[in-house]
Amino acid sequence: MTSTIPNPLALIAELTHRCPLHCVYCSNPVELQSRARELPTEIWCRVFKEAAETGVLQIDFTGGEPLARSDIVALVRAARSAGLYVNLITSGLPLDETRLAALVEAGLDHMQLSFQGAREETANEISGAKSHTQKLRVLDWLRYHRVAVTLNFVIHRRNIDQLEEMLALAESSCATRIEFANVQYYGWAFANRENLLPTRQQLDHSVEFLKREQQRLQGKIRIEFVVPDYYANYPKPCMGGWGRKLMLITPTGDVLPCHAAQVIAGLSFENVKDHGLREIWEQSAAFQKFRGEDWMQQPCKTCDRRKQDFGGCRCQALLLAGNAAATDPVCSLAPLRPKVDALLAAINTPTSVQNFIQPSWLYRSNPA
Amino acid sequence: MPPALNSRPRLAPGCRLGENSQQRVLLMPERALRLNGPSLEIVERCDGQHTVEQIVRELQKIYSKAEAQKVEQDILGYLALLQERRALDFEL
Repeated sequence: MTSTIPNPLALIAELTHRCPLHCVYCSNPVELQSRARELPTEIWCRVFKEAAETGVLQIDFTGGEPLARSDIVALVRAARSAGLYVNLITSGLPLDETRLAALVEAGLDHMQLSFQGAREETANEISGAKSHTQKLRVLDWLRYHRVAVTLNFVIHRRNIDQLEEMLALAESSCATRIEFANVQYYGWAFANRENLLPTRQQLDHSVEFLKREQQRLQGKIRIEFVVPDYYANYPKPCMGGWGRKLMLITPTGDVLPCHAAQVIAGLSFENVKDHGLREIWEQSAAFQKFRGEDWMQQPCKTCDRRKQDFGGCRCQALLLAGNAAATDPVCSLAPLRPKVDALLAAINTPTSVQNFIQPSWLYRSNPA
Repeated sequence: MPPALNSRPRLAPGCRLGENSQQRVLLMPERALRLNGPSLEIVERCDGQHTVEQIVRELQKIYSKAEAQKVEQDILGYLALLQERRALDFEL
């Protein structure tokens, strides 16, 4: 079995759950870990070396807000000297010009700066913080550094009509990439789902617009667009397949096959404090659980698409079907697809589209 | 659109050569491309010094057994792919 397991290509390092923002679609688990339980610098540094030795090419520093770690410059330096390509996924809030220069000097390759909208008012509403102006300042400082810049906009019903303004913001900056990533419905986003899912009309309009813009900006800005899978015919190949390409380490050192894996009852996770990373990748029961095809049920088991989408997302199967081994219910072939269709029907009823009324959001909290 | 022959391709910010398990790769945001033989020869010359035309001529010498025009087409195609991935800047 071991010999057939491919090497992981990327490691997502959730350095902390602390964050100055309170986004209503945060991908962190609803149960957040406290600062006191976070891994110390030296363990992260050992993990970076083990990751590179296991074949990992890229590391994503994320959180929470990774800049909330006071040792972030040292972590970037250690990851880069271990041979990794270093991405920083950040809100840009705890940043000034000196700290940015130190991060670049330490070997930062790519910064993915998150924006909650193109307009201050809606952006601040979604993040539950006054954050937009600072992000614009960071974008301006980045012009003076040789580092790749991606603007990341998380897209949902309240901002999907602002794509043109978002793109204009990217065009006026030094960014070479822009990601329009529709909200994925887990954790905090699942709790706010009814207020976040775009309407079909909004989605169709945005897809048409972005196809046009991709043509216009070819070679200048690369546009990535992630559609909400509730509207798709087939599920996404979640994480490139369970235990095939990616792994994630939580702030406390647990190693997960995906962001949301902790929602699946009965899975237990190894910790980097107790085991080497390669050992975990190859032997952890959580990684083995949905690796390959043995776990699959019908219709996945005999479906031609199983090598393309690997049955979709296990966590979504659990959230929507109550069974992590079920076919992802967003799949048009899944027995529970009608459940997703019913939700979409409710959202696309004219009276339910309350774009003018501010929803009562459940804001992401902060760890104790 | 194929790149102009007199332009000088250079790896864009955040794009660099790397190595893993004896395999050379082009590292870029959210992606890595394996480089072998000709693709490695091309990327190594995307230094802001070589023009596209010089890259073509040099590879035509290295791969002198292949048809010269085919080599040129393949190089232009590969540079266009890297440009589309936003891995190159072209300087004039």
